[in-house]
Amino acid sequence: MQWRNTSARYGLVSVVLHWLVALAVFGLFALGFWMVGLSYYDPWRQSAPDLHKSIGILLFAVMLLRVLWRLLNPAPAALSNHGPLTRLASKLGHGVLYFGLFGVMISGYLISTADGRGIEVFGLFSVPATLTGIAQQEDIAGAIHEYLAWGLVIFAGLHGLAALKHHFIDRDSTLLRMFGR
Amino acid sequence: MLKNALAALVLGSALIGGQATAADYAIDKQGQHAFVNFKISHLGYSWLYGTFKDFDGKFSFDAANPEASKVSVTLKTASVDTNHAERDKHIRSADFLNASKHATATFESTSVKSTGEGTADVTGNLTLNGVTKPVVIAAKFIGEGKDPWGGYRAGFEGTTTLTLKDFDISMDLGPASQTVELIISVEGVRQ
Repeated sequence: MQWRNTSARYGLVSVVLHWLVALAVFGLFALGFWMVGLSYYDPWRQSAPDLHKSIGILLFAVMLLRVLWRLLNPAPAALSNHGPLTRLASKLGHGVLYFGLFGVMISGYLISTADGRGIEVFGLFSVPATLTGIAQQEDIAGAIHEYLAWGLVIFAGLHGLAALKHHFIDRDSTLLRMFGR
Repeated sequence: MLKNALAALVLGSALIGGQATAADYAIDKQGQHAFVNFKISHLGYSWLYGTFKDFDGKFSFDAANPEASKVSVTLKTASVDTNHAERDKHIRSADFLNASKHATATFESTSVKSTGEGTADVTGNLTLNGVTKPVVIAAKFIGEGKDPWGGYRAGFEGTTTLTLKDFDISMDLGPASQTVELIISVEGVRQ
């Protein structure tokens, strides 16, 4: 498989970034959902949120890279069997996914940094706070983070179902292309 | 002797002023010489301190007749601050204060019993997390007198210990942290 996208195929970088982000999104959602219910004396009480935040920051870096890569290296052309409506729906759908991803990550960052504290990433480095001191910032950001996270995983699920529909019903190569075929 | 003289002076000025014996004070919110703090044990190893930043209240007080004193305080539960945003978010949640559902907590005194020189037990109803229960605040008179800016002030500090479960606070912080001490330190400006 070539590194870069061609007009007909996704390259290795795009494929790996796509599946890495997919894994991270569902993993972070599950981790986040589980960690907020932990009791005060659970051994994971401190490490689970640390892990969630650390992976979240790394995901943000990966997403920046992904957007950059997409700008430098346009996605392959749409399949010929995709009509104008399908093309529009896919553009809008992908836009929503990108918006949701950045929204979830930024709102999460604004919870933990609301009091000016930075976010420690695996104890290796710290991402400093920027926007702080909005009245009840952590509550507002927290509500946005929760709703957007639910919206994102539901929408990502629909995105997966749409890919399966292309594969099994339309019998086109939409899903296979995401493996570099 | 001095005490009697003071009492006579207070009574005298009250008569001259033609007002009721107990003066009304508003908690100094403007200058924020007032604090509603709390402390709770962390694992039994240290004290965690917090404060409520937004509250208001009033009291009436007469040094000659302290048992006629009255006090009422209302605070916004969402104004809790423990110097840690993630913790504050948790304290406002349904695990603790339910701040979106029960936005205010109030204390209204019902009786004051003098317990010694400058001390009293202030009994009243505390409404917290939607639960109203009688509590007794052990209060201490700190001082009163003219301020340098033409006003007259009096200040008190009181403490009481609340059991979290009594106020339907569901989070279990462990055996050392079943109760929280409330420390109310206020200065009032005579109206």
